[in-house]
Amino acid sequence: MLPIALERFMSTRVSLFVTCLVDQFFPRIGLAMSDVLERVGYECEFRRDQTCCGQPAFNSGFTGEAREVARYFLKTFEDADHIIVPSGSCSSMIRHHFADLFHKDTGAQKAASELGTRVYEFTEFLTSVAQIDDVGARYEEVVTFHDSCHALRELGIKSAPRRLLENVRGLELREMKRVEECCGFGGTFSVKLSELSSDMLNGKIQSIVATGASSVIGLDASCLMHIEGGLRRRGLPVRTLHLAEVLASR
Amino acid sequence: MPDREQVLSNVRSALGRRVGQPAPDPPPSRIVVPQWSREERIRRFSKNFRGETFVAPSADEARDFVAEKIDGYETIASKDEFLCDLGLVNLPDVRVNVDDPHELRVLCAVAGAGLTGATYAIADPGALAVLASNEEERLISLLPPRHVAVLPAHRVLTSLDELFAVLPDPALESSSLVLIGGPSRTGDIEMSLTLGVHGPREVYVVII
Amino acid sequence: MSTAFQKEIHVALGDLKLQKTITTATDRFSEKRLDVVAPNVLPEYQELRDQAHHIKRHTIDHLDYYLETVEARVQSRGGHVVWCADAEAAVNAVIAIARKHDAKLAVKSKSMVSEEIHLNDALEKNGIEPVETDLGEYIQQLARERPYHIVAPALHKTRGDVADLFVEKLGVERNEEPEELTQVARRVLRRKFLNADMGISGANFVVAESGAVVLVENEGNIRMTTSAPRIHVAVAGIEKLIPRATDLAVFLKLLGRSGSGQPITSYTSFLSGPRRDGEINGPDEFYLLLVDNGRTRVLADKEKRQTLYCIRCGACSNVCPVYRRIGGHSYPGTYSGPIGAILTPQFAGLGHEPTLPFASSLCGACGEVCPVKIDIPRMLLALRRDIKKGEARENRWLPEKLAFRGWSWVMRRPRVFEWAGFFAQAFLSGQDDHSWVRTGPALLAPWTATRDFPPLAPRSFRELWRARQSSSGWIPTHAARKQKKDA
Repeated sequence: MLPIALERFMSTRVSLFVTCLVDQFFPRIGLAMSDVLERVGYECEFRRDQTCCGQPAFNSGFTGEAREVARYFLKTFEDADHIIVPSGSCSSMIRHHFADLFHKDTGAQKAASELGTRVYEFTEFLTSVAQIDDVGARYEEVVTFHDSCHALRELGIKSAPRRLLENVRGLELREMKRVEECCGFGGTFSVKLSELSSDMLNGKIQSIVATGASSVIGLDASCLMHIEGGLRRRGLPVRTLHLAEVLASR
Repeated sequence: MPDREQVLSNVRSALGRRVGQPAPDPPPSRIVVPQWSREERIRRFSKNFRGETFVAPSADEARDFVAEKIDGYETIASKDEFLCDLGLVNLPDVRVNVDDPHELRVLCAVAGAGLTGATYAIADPGALAVLASNEEERLISLLPPRHVAVLPAHRVLTSLDELFAVLPDPALESSSLVLIGGPSRTGDIEMSLTLGVHGPREVYVVII
Repeated sequence: MSTAFQKEIHVALGDLKLQKTITTATDRFSEKRLDVVAPNVLPEYQELRDQAHHIKRHTIDHLDYYLETVEARVQSRGGHVVWCADAEAAVNAVIAIARKHDAKLAVKSKSMVSEEIHLNDALEKNGIEPVETDLGEYIQQLARERPYHIVAPALHKTRGDVADLFVEKLGVERNEEPEELTQVARRVLRRKFLNADMGISGANFVVAESGAVVLVENEGNIRMTTSAPRIHVAVAGIEKLIPRATDLAVFLKLLGRSGSGQPITSYTSFLSGPRRDGEINGPDEFYLLLVDNGRTRVLADKEKRQTLYCIRCGACSNVCPVYRRIGGHSYPGTYSGPIGAILTPQFAGLGHEPTLPFASSLCGACGEVCPVKIDIPRMLLALRRDIKKGEARENRWLPEKLAFRGWSWVMRRPRVFEWAGFFAQAFLSGQDDHSWVRTGPALLAPWTATRDFPPLAPRSFRELWRARQSSSGWIPTHAARKQKKDA
């Protein structure tokens, strides 16, 4: 018999954690993600009991409330083989920050660390577990890619999305200047210090527009929501898309 | 409570440590000395050092180079043995053996050039290492607008790591060790690079 | 309700000229830094950061031992150690030293801790003239401003600003060339150096085993300050210690590169006490001030103790999208940028400027460049937690707290969550046609002031998933209604 960890790793069953934001605002992203995963041979399940990873409270300083929600998350996904998330930020919350939340509860901390090894940001899963760089997508546009901060710095995701984009038929990737600079979202930061957040967004939008791309691609619905909000306000004809949506298109 | 006791007792209670409790050994020093030939060390020094480097095949050529660089300047020289052996301190307009602190200061302040030895040169990053001593005064390499340093090739070390391997505690040797990476410089006004702020604008290193 | 800090942010964001100056300068620093830490140039960079972190952690965790070691070593070489519990003790110590040696003119090199204790004001009040000698710091002193950036104090000033200042304060003819301005400062300061009775420096590192201070610079003013006058006073925070000189092989490789993008700066001085027998130059007397001033409070917090590992390179400010927009003077306290955002609340108390740790998108750029691997984003999160705990203790009905309590309650009840989304959608879909919101209500207003906000999806992912998975098709009524309408 295979040890349980290995058995889980070899499993082709994946559990989607679509994040609260995708669930309620951008379901197309979750559907695109499941399409791509199924296309490359994974069987997707969606646990209806899922809600949020707890990050909004955690980043706002309400650790107790975040902990309750994190504990609930652990219970919901306890026995899932792979947990796939269309967000670098939420993945990192689960993988890295859950352990901090439970520093006084060794049992929960152990469970969180163990579960953390089964949580993957979507492109991370495709390239490192499924070992796939080409999902047979076609998207005939000039695009630019925004590195979202937590995917980049907390999960070290830099080349995976680019490799995937490279293999999309008809797509041309134009890197923007200062590609690693934050778009200014930052959760409640965007309303608490909205002036500062808007100024950061302004810089990001200038970089996007300067590439001449028709779409901006990202890994986090939150950053994309922020960027799209700014683009729309300015009446700029640039589309925002999650990478899963690009990969799902043929 | 006197400040000493107050600070120490605050530190101890913050750390949960007792009076006189020893510390375990610190993490081992990270000293990795590359194996570079003498030529390689000199080549890298010349490339990395931000002043001008002259590799002199002979003492005569070194003397000519130094003579040219200090020509027309009042020069103050240190009593470095190597400088004396090469006869560099006998070049025209060179003052040496000034032992009065006040006079030395004034001479350094008015001199056009300072001529010194160097304890070591370091290939990577390019720098001179100069220990102050009764033969090597601090101000000669600092006050005059040009600084010429002369040293033999065998004193070119590979790296900072090698410097600290041969000199694990500079305090045992001198009250002052200075590493000189090039001319005095600043970027404090609009990040525009300006040389010769308080120290020399030109630095020449002669390796023999 | 906006705090003083938020007002500063507002003013800074409106100053476009200033923003351009800061962006240009910090970009230069960052580009130069990247050039010299690139894997092909410095393959051991990450290893050096780890080692630096470990050394700092070890030293800070056994700080009492190293403080006593350095004290004994300095004294054994004829130097003096003065312990200072707070700012007042530190300035009094400097004044007492000046009086003892009848010093009237003190040249100073850049030192953040001397800014922190407001040393210059105190010296002036006591008839001792302090002269800053780092060019940027000298400019700031003439302008009577505090440093704008840890490494480049006058980073925000243009050449025109400096030229005007020199005309006004030094009575020289106006010239905007940085080269010429630098020469003016050289001439003025050269006289000060040679006449000064006392040199006051900071310390980049204090080497315990050697009883030495290490000072890193480019201009030569620190060498002047520490070599020309009779007295050298080095003012150091107690966290500046490292165990051995050999540890510098790690720290010197990181400091210049991280701070100004230089493999090594023009001058690195390793100074261990007064002039020795036979040496002609160098001070007669050497004093090392070990300053606490709030540091032991930080030390007592095991979680945030790592804030004290900072070697003041300024790299975090250069990459910080917040610092780059609001600049150094917007920050309360002596230390600006991300390190200031975690240091100031710990020094001054959490209630002092509670917005400070929240003024970050938690992008993590600071932590990525920190040469001693201080986890700045995690420190920000811990401070946010502590601040909210404190506020909740003071005000049991804190609205934000109540909101998150409610949120947590819903997030643990998936059916409630589902129906909340469902009803919100049903309510909103009656009002508009799912276009993005341009004018948001109360809480959303700050967002929609500059950005559109997305509408709830007509059907949530869970609804769509259900519909897709089961032929029976659990389609909620309002969605079904909508489908009919669309058809």
